[in-house]
Amino acid sequence: MFEIEICDENELKNRINSIVEFIKDIINKEINNNSFALIGIKRRGAILADRIKELLSKFNNIFIEIGYLDITLYRDDLSEISDLPQLLGTEIEFDVKNKKIFLIDDVIFTGRTARAAIDAILDLGRPKQILLTTIIDRNNRELPIQPDFTGKFIETAFNDIVNVYLKEIDGKDEITLTRCK
Amino acid sequence: MLFKYKDFISTINLSKEEIFEILDTAKHMKEINKREVKKVPTLKGKTISTAFFEPSTRTRTSFEIAAKRLSADTVSFTSTTSSTTKGETLLDTIKNIENMHTDIFVIRHKCSGAVKFVADNVKAHIVNAGDGTNEHPTQAMLDLFTIREHKNTLTGLNVAIIGDIDHSRVARSNIWAMQKLGINVILYGPKTMLPSDTTPLKCHIAKNFKEAVTEADVVMMLRIQLERQNKILIPSLREYAMYFGLNKTSAKYLKKDAIIMHPGPINRGVELSTEYADCDRSVILNQVENGIAVRMAILYLLGMQKRRTDGSST
Repeated sequence: MFEIEICDENELKNRINSIVEFIKDIINKEINNNSFALIGIKRRGAILADRIKELLSKFNNIFIEIGYLDITLYRDDLSEISDLPQLLGTEIEFDVKNKKIFLIDDVIFTGRTARAAIDAILDLGRPKQILLTTIIDRNNRELPIQPDFTGKFIETAFNDIVNVYLKEIDGKDEITLTRCK
Repeated sequence: MLFKYKDFISTINLSKEEIFEILDTAKHMKEINKREVKKVPTLKGKTISTAFFEPSTRTRTSFEIAAKRLSADTVSFTSTTSSTTKGETLLDTIKNIENMHTDIFVIRHKCSGAVKFVADNVKAHIVNAGDGTNEHPTQAMLDLFTIREHKNTLTGLNVAIIGDIDHSRVARSNIWAMQKLGINVILYGPKTMLPSDTTPLKCHIAKNFKEAVTEADVVMMLRIQLERQNKILIPSLREYAMYFGLNKTSAKYLKKDAIIMHPGPINRGVELSTEYADCDRSVILNQVENGIAVRMAILYLLGMQKRRTDGSST
């Protein structure tokens, strides 16, 4: 088992910036016809959503609603895992109805988290569109769900672990891959 | 997750951390109850049966709504409509329903200890919805949840519990839980409605209403349990209301920011006069609202854990 670096602090910043560009382009094109919102999947997706909102606000003062989603209650493997995860709580104060929603997470892997998140959002109302963006796209999907935009694609084996470290909770900005042989 | 018990029978064995885990889980459940679609798919495919061998409106409805909001299937039966009236034993009744693949039972019974007895003898998860004069643990959890919402803290608070302590399962569950959290509990009631030996409760017994409530941040009025009294314990309801009820005269001893609680159903004009049951300081309907979130939390914590074989319960 060994750990290799995928993104250092600088590269991670660039990847987040590329997501910001993607979102900014869509907003600029459709600003007159649509309202937008960011929803980050707890925990790291929520932190990334905060950073993205902050970066977006620098461009022509784009204002965007933000919410945070805890998908625990929507997981399809809850009864399989022996240690029940602590609930973190969903905080979405705005109405999702008719909004274009950018769903943000750190990594897309099996697609099960994204599925749970989509179901959770749909229970809150009927958004106009949900766009999925992640920093890392790794293969090994188990559901037919694809992100609309990703910062970086990496080839992984199913047992590999992608570790996303963010300053807010991990004290550093870095992404690594732990290879399990 | 700390909560690893098969059943939820009592608050006496819960640790401070486990109580906080239940309250924190309930906080997130409460958010679901405020949505337009008040439902999450968490317990889809689980069957929850409410078996009430004693009358109830609040608790049973509350548990059923909680179960449905978590997408569980619910079945309910009461003593009058079940085969217990034909002479079937409690355990046989439960075991039969269990074999229809019920995952969780919510049981209320008039005999203290009956729910624990069932829990020890079946594999399904059991939740105590009140057993005789022993315990009503989910009520204690929702009381604590409500107190924390209003006071932002629990440790160090003074709580006065007033009324029929001896017959009150609500009081007992609350006392055990509150002492774990460092809440100071004062009891007050007619001598005939206090346990003959109050030492196991480890609470101060007030001599009069004034002493009970002067320092209290929370005043919890208990219901006079007319159905549980096979001998006369008080001369008259009027006299009880005068000396032990919360009314215009006695309310002047309350702290200005004290909140008023009652587990329901209220005997208006006896333990609580109407003006105080419905006043700004009364959080009685908050208690009812929070009951759903707390019960969702408990059903979630029980229903989602892998079935354990050692059968430990609390």
